[in-house]
Amino acid sequence: MQLTINGESRVFSGVADVAGLVSALGLDTKKVAVERNLEIVPRSAYQKTPVAEGDRIEIVHFIGGG
Amino acid sequence: MDGSTHNSNETWTVAGRTFTSRLIVGTGKYKDYAQNAAAAEAAGAEIVTVALRRVNLSDPNQPMLADYVKPERFTYLPNTAGCFTGEDAVRTLRLAREAGGWDLVKLEVLSQTAHLLPDMEETLRALKLLIADGFSVMVYCSDDPVYAKKLEDAGAAAIMPAAAPIGSGRGIQNMLNLGLIIEQTKVPVLVDAGVGTASDAVVAMEMGCEAVLMNTAIAEAKDPIRMAVAMKHAVIAGREAYLAGRMAKRQYADPSSPLSGLI
Repeated sequence: MQLTINGESRVFSGVADVAGLVSALGLDTKKVAVERNLEIVPRSAYQKTPVAEGDRIEIVHFIGGG
Repeated sequence: MDGSTHNSNETWTVAGRTFTSRLIVGTGKYKDYAQNAAAAEAAGAEIVTVALRRVNLSDPNQPMLADYVKPERFTYLPNTAGCFTGEDAVRTLRLAREAGGWDLVKLEVLSQTAHLLPDMEETLRALKLLIADGFSVMVYCSDDPVYAKKLEDAGAAAIMPAAAPIGSGRGIQNMLNLGLIIEQTKVPVLVDAGVGTASDAVVAMEMGCEAVLMNTAIAEAKDPIRMAVAMKHAVIAGREAYLAGRMAKRQYADPSSPLSGLI
């Protein structure tokens, strides 16, 4: 399954939902926010939000800024 | 004792949230997050601005801001730095709300990268979108009293005019306009951007600003921790002087020692 994550094309296998994707990327779900095809995925919905071929995913977090 | 009360625990309130420190610090441009956290502590800050960016997928274990500048210790004020349209700003802050649950936010909609001055028409439009979405919005703006009033009327939680362009360190460039904004505004007014050194912060507070927001003045000082301490004192000194009420200015001298009774 090919996904575009943060602008990069990536291929995954065995990933069914947002929870699985975040985990496969080695990220801490408590420290990120996820957008799937321009719609925010609430943290409570990671497990019930499927990811599908061609999805555009953004995963963001807080960094230093003014 | 003259019976007057000196209230060192004086507080200020924005969007229903009450704070003691009147110095908000940014978290950009530091050597590393450890120095960043030390500077925020030294400044006595209770609020820090933060930016939202894509995670680094190639190195998910890189240091994260939240591990050093801890959200349990500081109120995060997510910004929209780098946004040039209202839609970008709304999208960014919705993600920020999801990432940390913060609905008190800093809106900045920039016009162009050379001077980073705000696009006020787009800022006002974005403000209305954010308020409709339930956010409490502190608004970075130009030092234009007319637009400041429009922002306040639209429901801004705080008006935050730039003293000078972001990162320029030039200090307050238009004291007349800033004074008009302070005089007319019912919500807190903060100088946001352009502070270069402690005296700039003192002047902003003496003029009656509720608080000051700065990043580069601390982060790019040769000793950021020491400058953070200086800024903490500057903001307190300016606030105390404002509350004390300065003496009148005179054209000529007025001796402090009596001229009568001279030998």
